[in-house]
Amino acid sequence: MAVAPVMKPAASSADPILKVEHLSMRFGGLMAINDLSFECRRGEITALIGPNGAGKTTVFNCITGFYKPTMGMMTLRQKAGKDFLLERLADFEINKRAKVARTFQNIRLFTGLTVLENLLVAQHNTLMRASGYTILGLLGFPAYRKASKESIELAKHWLEKAALIERADDPAGDLPYGAQRRLEIARAMCTGPELLCLDEPAAGLNPRESLALNTLLQGIRGETGTSILLIEHDMSVVMEISDHVVVLEYGQKISDGTPDFVKNDPKVIAAYLGVEDDEIEEVIAEVEEVAHEVEEGGQK
Amino acid sequence: MAPVSATPGRAEASTMARALREAVLAGIIAFGLFVLYVGLKTDQNISNELILVPRPGLLAIFVGLAMVARFLGVLYIQPAMKRRRDAKSAAADLELQPSYVKRNFSTIAIIALVLYPPLMVALFGTQGSLKWVDNFGIQILIYVMLAWGLNIVVGLAGLLDLGYVAFYAVGAYSYALLSTHLGLSFWVLLPMAGILAALWGMILGFPVLRLRGDYLAIVTLAFGEIIRLVLINWTEVTQGTFGISGIAKASIFGIYSFDVGAPNNFAKVFGLPMSAAYYKIFLFYVILALALLTAFVTIRLRRMPVGRAWEALREDEIACRSLGINTVTTKLTAFATGAMFGGFAGSFFAARQGFVSPESFVFLESAVILAIVVLGGMGSLVGIAVAAVVMVGGTEMLRELTFLKAIFGPDFTPELYRMLLFGLAMIVVMVLKPRGFVGSREPSAFLHARKSVSSSFTKEGHG
Repeated sequence: MAVAPVMKPAASSADPILKVEHLSMRFGGLMAINDLSFECRRGEITALIGPNGAGKTTVFNCITGFYKPTMGMMTLRQKAGKDFLLERLADFEINKRAKVARTFQNIRLFTGLTVLENLLVAQHNTLMRASGYTILGLLGFPAYRKASKESIELAKHWLEKAALIERADDPAGDLPYGAQRRLEIARAMCTGPELLCLDEPAAGLNPRESLALNTLLQGIRGETGTSILLIEHDMSVVMEISDHVVVLEYGQKISDGTPDFVKNDPKVIAAYLGVEDDEIEEVIAEVEEVAHEVEEGGQK
Repeated sequence: MAPVSATPGRAEASTMARALREAVLAGIIAFGLFVLYVGLKTDQNISNELILVPRPGLLAIFVGLAMVARFLGVLYIQPAMKRRRDAKSAAADLELQPSYVKRNFSTIAIIALVLYPPLMVALFGTQGSLKWVDNFGIQILIYVMLAWGLNIVVGLAGLLDLGYVAFYAVGAYSYALLSTHLGLSFWVLLPMAGILAALWGMILGFPVLRLRGDYLAIVTLAFGEIIRLVLINWTEVTQGTFGISGIAKASIFGIYSFDVGAPNNFAKVFGLPMSAAYYKIFLFYVILALALLTAFVTIRLRRMPVGRAWEALREDEIACRSLGINTVTTKLTAFATGAMFGGFAGSFFAARQGFVSPESFVFLESAVILAIVVLGGMGSLVGIAVAAVVMVGGTEMLRELTFLKAIFGPDFTPELYRMLLFGLAMIVVMVLKPRGFVGSREPSAFLHARKSVSSSFTKEGHG
């Protein structure tokens, strides 16, 4: 493909959990995403970065079903080997069946429910089945009581992980900002996801909270093996924790590789810092040279 | 504000001075406001000329009232309110244990309700109890049940429904038509009316799934009107505005009947003097049981995933979908469950009245039910019950205020001022308690301690 010449020979032999192919999203005359392809590997943290307006959140909304993409295919392969075409699922089924959970850029908690209740709402589908779609639960069958106890145990587990156990009975809207971010991640984890999509989890956090977030995310990956896809502006978070970085600009992929590779990619540097007009030629030449080498390397 | 002084005597004196000053000021403002409107009156004299008639006496009364009210307000009411606020904030620090009555309010209320009919019979005699059991007891309990049903849709799921009375109508007509044509009994038709109303709730639910806020409210309002217009115009079935009369009474599970001619008439079997009161007392217990069923199911549902999903839907619909909650079925179940209780109440209403006509199901009824829910505090069962007692009982009570005739003259009919006072009372309550009588929300689960959630965090829902 000619569009994205700069590409590290991808280790695509590794088991990908999410494969995005030729994804395009058009809003009227605006091409928000143009023919984007990338992969998230299982058990890794993939970061999606790019300047403002590059289309990162649009990619997220396509993956999690809030937008129907104009074109393209998104395949999610679960651990058990089951494949889901995300563009064909209704928004709630992406979480319910494909097991993709997400958080939002502007935190969306149930502010009037307590912290614990927020985590119980996240276990809706499990509890719904256990309560016989409400009917058996309403009649007081013991199966629901047992499931209800288990759901509280699971909530407790994630509250401890997110360091929120002390505030379990407070309204979610009463928590400080950093805690709300952690709660939203804990809530997403309570749905038992295989892929966790985080939209700017470190936005608005102070350095200490940022550090706590890194620990939480690495803990999630380490313990549950959940793959993580995250959008982030905070480079300290991106470079620290991600295994794989995809860079977007104007809806197209301009770089894809390890954090170190991306950090030194002239195209990325140009996109982030901007270059002088007379340097553009230079940068393009450099970029093409690199691309040439890569292509040759690939052919060999 | 008066400067804080060490000696209480001086503080009092300064308050007095301030009160006098403000009273004079209020008097001047009142004079300015009323001098043209009240102080002067245009009249026609014999030669058809407009003349100005000064009314200094009336003007003086107005100004005097304003001055006295302001004086008393500054001198007594403001310090009293300040003391109360201080006491309240001090009490909050102490984490005061709520009083015995407050803690066991529901239990005490239920016991009181069960004992209510015999008490009324003991106080007013069999015939005299009729008014108290029927006009107050049953009437209020019907509204309690309707408001509890609507609370599921509005208070929990946050879907503003202005056409709730439609389901009440569906329930009432289901019972009226099916009992007159098929001769089925109340106890068979009660669940059927509920199911039919739930079905109509779903039918309403489908088209409005994508609507939110004002748009949803308008469509539900229209739905309520459509049902009423169908009832008026489909004369072959519903007999239009004439309504359906002679609807069979409910029986005590078929064992005892309340029909006068029946051999198993309740009064006859027990050798009691004939009276309509027994039927009303029986109905009182039926509606009490139905209302308690509504409360029980609501409390139970709130602890179930579907109830939590309703409340989550009220808080944030997009977050719900990201958590794998099917918002379509969640909304539909809310509409259907709310409508079902409306249907129960409707069939009870038909059995109680023995007559239904479209006139009973006008928009005003929906508005009153919604007002009860909002006034009581959305989501709170106790608050709503209290609001129903105040709103329905209060308006009924106005009929009883015959002593007002002594003050305002024999032409005064307090009923005519019902709506005026009703509106005034609502404004006062909403100013003092913007989130209703019980604004806080009880969490459905807790880990360490149950703490109620302040109303500043809960949302009203977007639609």
